[in-house]
Amino acid sequence: MAHCVPLAARPRRLRSATTEPRVVKGVLIALCLAVLSVLLFAPLIAVFDEALRRGWAFALASLGEPDAQAAIRLTLSVAALVVPLNAAFGIAAAWAITKFDWRGKAWVITLIDLPFSISPVVAGLLFVLMFGANSAFGAWLVASGFPIVFAVPGIVLATLFITFPFIARELIPVMLEQGRAEEEAALTLGASGSRVFLTVTLPNIRWALLYGVLLCNARAMGEFGAVAVVSGKIRGQTTTMPLMIEMFYNEYLSVAAFTMASVLALLAFVTLVLKSALEWRHADQLAATHRH
Amino acid sequence: MATRPFILKAPTPMPGWGLSFGILLTMLSIIVLIPMGVLLWRGFVGFGAAEIWAVVNRPRVWAALALSFRAALVAALFNLVFGVLLAWILVRYRFPGKRLIDAAVDLPFALPTAVAGIALTAIYAPNGVFGSVIGQAFGIRVAYTELGIWIALIFVGLPFVVRTVQPVIEEIDRETEEASATLGASRLRTLTHVVLPMLAPAALTGFALALARSVGEYGSVIFIAGNLPNVTEIAPLLIVIRLEEFDYDGAVAIAIAMLAISFTLLLAINLIQIWSRRRMGAV
Repeated sequence: MAHCVPLAARPRRLRSATTEPRVVKGVLIALCLAVLSVLLFAPLIAVFDEALRRGWAFALASLGEPDAQAAIRLTLSVAALVVPLNAAFGIAAAWAITKFDWRGKAWVITLIDLPFSISPVVAGLLFVLMFGANSAFGAWLVASGFPIVFAVPGIVLATLFITFPFIARELIPVMLEQGRAEEEAALTLGASGSRVFLTVTLPNIRWALLYGVLLCNARAMGEFGAVAVVSGKIRGQTTTMPLMIEMFYNEYLSVAAFTMASVLALLAFVTLVLKSALEWRHADQLAATHRH
Repeated sequence: MATRPFILKAPTPMPGWGLSFGILLTMLSIIVLIPMGVLLWRGFVGFGAAEIWAVVNRPRVWAALALSFRAALVAALFNLVFGVLLAWILVRYRFPGKRLIDAAVDLPFALPTAVAGIALTAIYAPNGVFGSVIGQAFGIRVAYTELGIWIALIFVGLPFVVRTVQPVIEEIDRETEEASATLGASRLRTLTHVVLPMLAPAALTGFALALARSVGEYGSVIFIAGNLPNVTEIAPLLIVIRLEEFDYDGAVAIAIAMLAISFTLLLAINLIQIWSRRRMGAV
């Protein structure tokens, strides 16, 4: 009815009863942007700024050093092992949890989530206790020429532990929501188990799977605490990119440290872009918490 | 017909039970259950509860544990308030660059902790961009003090509350707020008495996640903390120091103390959540 009121008598601006006054909105937005600038954006800019302090050539040259190259190779190979293993685990876990009713399911889900609430340092400690030279088993492993701690297998195990829930967590809610009807229909039509999975389930969960893989990969490449404990930090052999950053930093090789950090920051940036693209384009096939 | 495994509640035509449950149980055992069992066995059987207490009950260990939990609580509380505010703005308000901000909230999940650590140190150190300004204006140091630890933990825990509260705000029916307004409540009163109680359970979940993450955080903290024993030495760092001294029992004792305090806190938060859900009438 507002359009019937003569212009002169019209209030300056009608405000909906379910929004805040404009001034309040403006202040709150400005406050949030200020906090985010100080906490999120400034550090991100600082990484690149510090890396390029002595120019592009200097920064890029630091990446060409043998130790830096070895660290990059190691990080890529650890992620190449950890991500597929956790994807396989995530799919199997989500299948067992969402397609069957069994006793103790809630406990198992809690246990899958356990690594979320354990310090990365404690995660590293777990594998040092199991396979370190302080235990009889660990001493035997070292003697037989297959050390796990202070070697690459330990790094893989620690990273597996840290990223353990990532993919299962994405798949379980999506597969719960999708139910079992489509798979059951395919089964009654005579499809084999693997055919049901490949042609019915997998197309339904592929975006959620990709989402989980993205997050798992970002964490696997960036893990610091757990890997620091098990790696022994042998230069050129068990030093991943994040550990290399720490070494360069402690040796006051600031440009080298921040250049390596820039590479990981770019990885984080790519992860965020792909993740956001998934959220915008395939929201209906992701867990409800990622839909905007 | 083959007998179904005891653990399955009902016969099912669904294929792949053996394979999927086998992979689930094997990997869960190798990666999580057996290592956790070894830690607890080593602590309680190999070392003993009294000895664990003797390790923990020393000033330096006590100070480290207190610092880790105090700083984590401060950071999680900040993130609780700021996270609810940010989630509200991202859902309800329209402003340029909103999608960019929304995507950037997850930066702490994607950025490796060591990168965050050296970046925060670079800007909050006494000669850094913000560190020098804050130093001159207020005469306080941020990096290499407990304040620096707070900043690092706020960074790490930032996305949790936002991401748990955001979907709940999207689900809120505006009619509830309209009803409150027509009954004469001011906007502020509607927000504090109608909207906030609806967000409380999700906000608490986010708070618990942020807290759990912050307590154990290592990578982003050690660069900015200064790591002075009794003052700015966090509990995870003390575990690393014990391991470097080959004092495995000491490391195990501190780890078990951390786990015990974390689980007590998470249990308490869970109970508060159950209580707040019940008060809301089983949502």
